[in-house]
Amino acid sequence: MSQVRVLVGTKKGAFVLTSDGKRENWEIAGPHFAGWEIYHMKGSPADPNRLYASQSTGWFGQLIQRSSDGGKSWEPVDNKFVYDGVPGTHQWYDGTPHPWEFKRVWHIEPSLTDPDTAYAGVEDAAIFRTTNGGKSWQELAGLRGHGSGPHWQPGAGGMCLHTLILDPSDPQRIFIAISAAGAFRTDDGGVTWKPINQGLRSSHIPDPTAEVGHCVHHIAMHPSHPGVLFMQKHWDVMRSDDAGDSWREVSGNLPTDFGFAIDVHAHEPETIFVVPIKSDSEHFPLEGKLRVYRSRTGGEEWEPLTKGLPQRDCYVNVLRDAMAVDTLDSCGVYFGTTGGQVYASADGGDSWNAIVRDLPAVLSVEVQTLA
Amino acid sequence: MIRVVLPAHLRLLARAGNEVQVEVEGKATIASVLDAMEAQYPMLRGTIRDHVTHQRRPFVRFFACGEDWSHEAPGTPLPDAVASGAEPLLLVGAIAGG
Repeated sequence: MSQVRVLVGTKKGAFVLTSDGKRENWEIAGPHFAGWEIYHMKGSPADPNRLYASQSTGWFGQLIQRSSDGGKSWEPVDNKFVYDGVPGTHQWYDGTPHPWEFKRVWHIEPSLTDPDTAYAGVEDAAIFRTTNGGKSWQELAGLRGHGSGPHWQPGAGGMCLHTLILDPSDPQRIFIAISAAGAFRTDDGGVTWKPINQGLRSSHIPDPTAEVGHCVHHIAMHPSHPGVLFMQKHWDVMRSDDAGDSWREVSGNLPTDFGFAIDVHAHEPETIFVVPIKSDSEHFPLEGKLRVYRSRTGGEEWEPLTKGLPQRDCYVNVLRDAMAVDTLDSCGVYFGTTGGQVYASADGGDSWNAIVRDLPAVLSVEVQTLA
Repeated sequence: MIRVVLPAHLRLLARAGNEVQVEVEGKATIASVLDAMEAQYPMLRGTIRDHVTHQRRPFVRFFACGEDWSHEAPGTPLPDAVASGAEPLLLVGAIAGG
């Protein structure tokens, strides 16, 4: 009997939600690391019981926790993230140079093949890698050092590397995204990187089509189509059919194309999900109606999904790493809100249920489909 | 033997009780006490002071014998009462945040 495990990072701890393949009854375990912010938690595809969690607070800084039993028990591993060499400066909000300072880990992406290898996307933006299960972390400094780093600026949430996608067809290729620098790709395992922002247009920056400086909120990819990327930018939903070399807007009939989360259906590479948010100054759904929008055409044509979601007086946000899918035959879709609800659909988005309602603000949601 | 009282979050992290006890070779100072404590409880590295610069994290304070030692040089000898174990060194997390 298959099982689904949903890993929920919140502002005040981590929760592990489990259910059988029917996804009707859920067991809630947690909070783990009560009182700490859990920006992200993710399992290894090579060993689903190996989990990594990013734990932090403003008081005591960053910790990385590791589990070898699917989240029942945890042990702290190395939390030393030191930039390679002299880190230099990026731009501060006012355009002045500001020294690179490590603040936290936003996203941990375990290797597709080795449970002891994982990548960490951090603030101030950089990528680190462990090859020993988190006992030590080394920066892949080619990203920060490729030349445009001094021009990167923080978004409202800080200058964070929040998206990290490993290409299943090419172990040397990694995609990342930084707010507010944009998307980058390496084709040599992280030694060298190039910005992949051609086609993005951001009217709020001095040069709307600049090579870097775009506030990319999130990117999603279907593993069977690794050259096709979907992006929720600050404003605009975008797609690329050439691994990020060029992008085109596919916002189509969305009622607003601002948002954070975006994901792809597990079995339909052209079916994508977003949660439109009213605007950059009003981070909640339009008209108080929480609606996921689904496109079955890879963008442009979107339909609202509302069954089971609150359609009045709803003013939560859905953050960039707070949406995920399972890989059961009928694809499950999950997202968490800043109001503490985790919603699940066991039918590809047609209908939704809150599987838990009153958690702390949800920062991230990841899903593991277990045999 | 020096007694150190940790904030609740760090107690949980170190799986320690209300107090931890550390042995310090030479003079008892903030720096030598933290060195000994981090050797005994490696999971605390980076949570009280920066890994590299050893600068105190901004929301952590040190108190000894009713005095705020947060701004003392880390190599300043601690009061005899702390060095002898009669009084604990207090590590306090700021009452702040959301």
